[in-house]
Amino acid sequence: MSVLRKVTYRDAVREAIQDAMHRDASVFLMGEDVGRYGGAYGCSKGLLAEFGEDRIRDTPLAEAGFTGAGIGAALGGMRPIVEIMTVNFSLLALDQIVNTAAAIRHMSGGQFSVPLVIRMATGAGRQLAAQHSHSLENWYAHVPGIKVVAPATLADARGMLWTALQDPDPVVMFEHAMLYNDEGEIAAEGDLSMPIEGAAIRRPGTDCSIITYGGSLKKALAAAAELAGENFNCEVIDLRALRPLDGKTILASVEKTHRAVIVDEGWRTGSLAAEISALIMEGAFFALDAPVARVCSAEVPIPYARHLEISATPQVAGIITAVRGVLRR
Amino acid sequence: MNPSISEKIHLTKEHCTELLRMMMLIRRFEERCAELYGEQKIRGFLHLYIGEEANAVGVMQALTPEDAVVATYREHGHALARGLPLPEVMAEMYGKATGSSRGRGGSMHIFNAERRFYGGNAIVGGGLPLAVGLALADKMNGRPRITCCFFGEGAAAEGEFHESMNLAALWKLPVLFVCENNLYAMGTSLERSESETDICQHAKSYRIAAGSVDGMDVVAVEVAARRAVQAVRDGNGPQFLETQTYRFRAHSMFDPELYRDKAEVEKWKERCPIKRFREWILATGTLHESEIAAIEIAIADEVENAVKFAESSPWEPEADLTRDVLTPIKRSALT
Ligand SMILES: Cc1ncc(C[n+]2csc(CCOP(=O)(O)OP(=O)(O)O)c2C)c(N)n1
Ligand SMILES: [Mg+2]
Repeated sequence: MSVLRKVTYRDAVREAIQDAMHRDASVFLMGEDVGRYGGAYGCSKGLLAEFGEDRIRDTPLAEAGFTGAGIGAALGGMRPIVEIMTVNFSLLALDQIVNTAAAIRHMSGGQFSVPLVIRMATGAGRQLAAQHSHSLENWYAHVPGIKVVAPATLADARGMLWTALQDPDPVVMFEHAMLYNDEGEIAAEGDLSMPIEGAAIRRPGTDCSIITYGGSLKKALAAAAELAGENFNCEVIDLRALRPLDGKTILASVEKTHRAVIVDEGWRTGSLAAEISALIMEGAFFALDAPVARVCSAEVPIPYARHLEISATPQVAGIITAVRGVLRR
Repeated sequence: MNPSISEKIHLTKEHCTELLRMMMLIRRFEERCAELYGEQKIRGFLHLYIGEEANAVGVMQALTPEDAVVATYREHGHALARGLPLPEVMAEMYGKATGSSRGRGGSMHIFNAERRFYGGNAIVGGGLPLAVGLALADKMNGRPRITCCFFGEGAAAEGEFHESMNLAALWKLPVLFVCENNLYAMGTSLERSESETDICQHAKSYRIAAGSVDGMDVVAVEVAARRAVQAVRDGNGPQFLETQTYRFRAHSMFDPELYRDKAEVEKWKERCPIKRFREWILATGTLHESEIAAIEIAIADEVENAVKFAESSPWEPEADLTRDVLTPIKRSALT
């Protein structure tokens, strides 16, 4: 029997960075306040003392500059981990990520690859209002030339980084801000690495597929648990990778359950949920017993007030209502 | 305090009272906010301006109601010094429907169109291009007013800072840039983030006239701001003012302050702008202890009334969640 130990999501992220730095001397962490401050979300606390200023590199407030420098350093043979405080601030670096990191392999005719990992926090739930709370994962998932992952579990937070660093291409990693304090158990020893492609079935079921990722996974699982009391047996799929999407797992699940609800904290219009819905329509149309339903964020910049933030974003009650809706058709 | 300075700005009893009162009001407001944060009445990020009050209060003296103000997420002081009603600012901290942004913005996003107060921007450096554009509109319309843009020294590393400096200088726009240099951007000190730590040099490299002032001295700030504002009004293009200051509290309520010495903070606290000005006012006999005590009592009342207002204010109905995403267009306007 494997030995387990207790960690928080934050610990898991930190250990993943620490472990990668030990295993590969070309790995370094760079971003605003990753060193002295210990990371905006505390993910790199203690690492400066262990690895020094060269490899735990505090940067000025210059998202475009240091993200671009990460791309250049990757071209130059390093394996940088660039941390951007939140997805909202990553918009200042969007040019470098989309126009350079994602494109350079193809536009150079395959001559240059960018083995870079960009980590950032995402999502609402802390009453930080419209410039700190958005879920723009789908903006990145839209772009060919990068891979996009969203570790929703402790094991993935601990295990995906190393795999991402082995990947020859840019990987953008989204850590939902409401996950950092989550506590649970992961394997204490052995190979902890996790694949950066492929979805995972977090709860098997037969009546309806709830497809989600990141910070919404626990809400989907809570909804499924409650629906089990009504004798509805939901299957919960954690996408894990947002680009490429694991269509096979999604379609196999829908072939089995004949119903699907997609939970996505992004805004409904142009969402990942819309993409998955189209994918189901194209690949499993005749297996469906009900139209696909989506639980997304309301079409509003995320507001500050608690009750408004809650009503703007997917919640357990809304997921339950959506599942009941498709099951009763 | 330099007497030649005090002459220039007519340090009348009324004026001194107002400078002191406003700094004390901001201080009291924020100390109360910190308590309310502990009670979870105020949530999200709360960035306190405690220690930096002289900057906003001093600079605002040089502005008229027609001018525009752009600030950051650390903007309670600027909002109050600009004359936003205390109750609506407190209600915004609570997220109530009566708040200055209807509870949508919270501490970081205070706005008020009537006062030409354009927020409340939590993207570091994000306010500078906005200020450039406001000034551009004024210049294109021949309006004799200016835009005053506040930001921290951390913003000077962002591209938006440099692009804005260049645009403002190139187009000779009526902007006063006020860089509140409190030596830290979250946990990163100035010397660890800038190859050129003299922030004025950055502005000067775009041919913008730039100067520094003691940001812990409200009168010195006012004098420097008046000079700079006059230069902008005289059509000399943008001006840049660095205020040398310090925040006494953590960056936000989540900050364990691992990056600076307690002794350093204590040393700066000796230069507290309120304490210093108060001592000067007493020493010169401008105000008596009893008069200051009366101001204190009035301020405490004002803040408590604002708390009561916020407490008793309604929440925005959930049904109105998506209001104000777009501007309603009047049917008549379309025909
Ligand atoms: C573009 C962007 N990057 C990062 C942040 C996170 N952040 C918020 S405040 C801050 C420090 C800013 O320091 P400074 O400009 O000196 O202002 P101060 O907080 O000292 O008033 C940082 C890094 C942000 N809000 N926006
Ligand atoms: Mg600063």
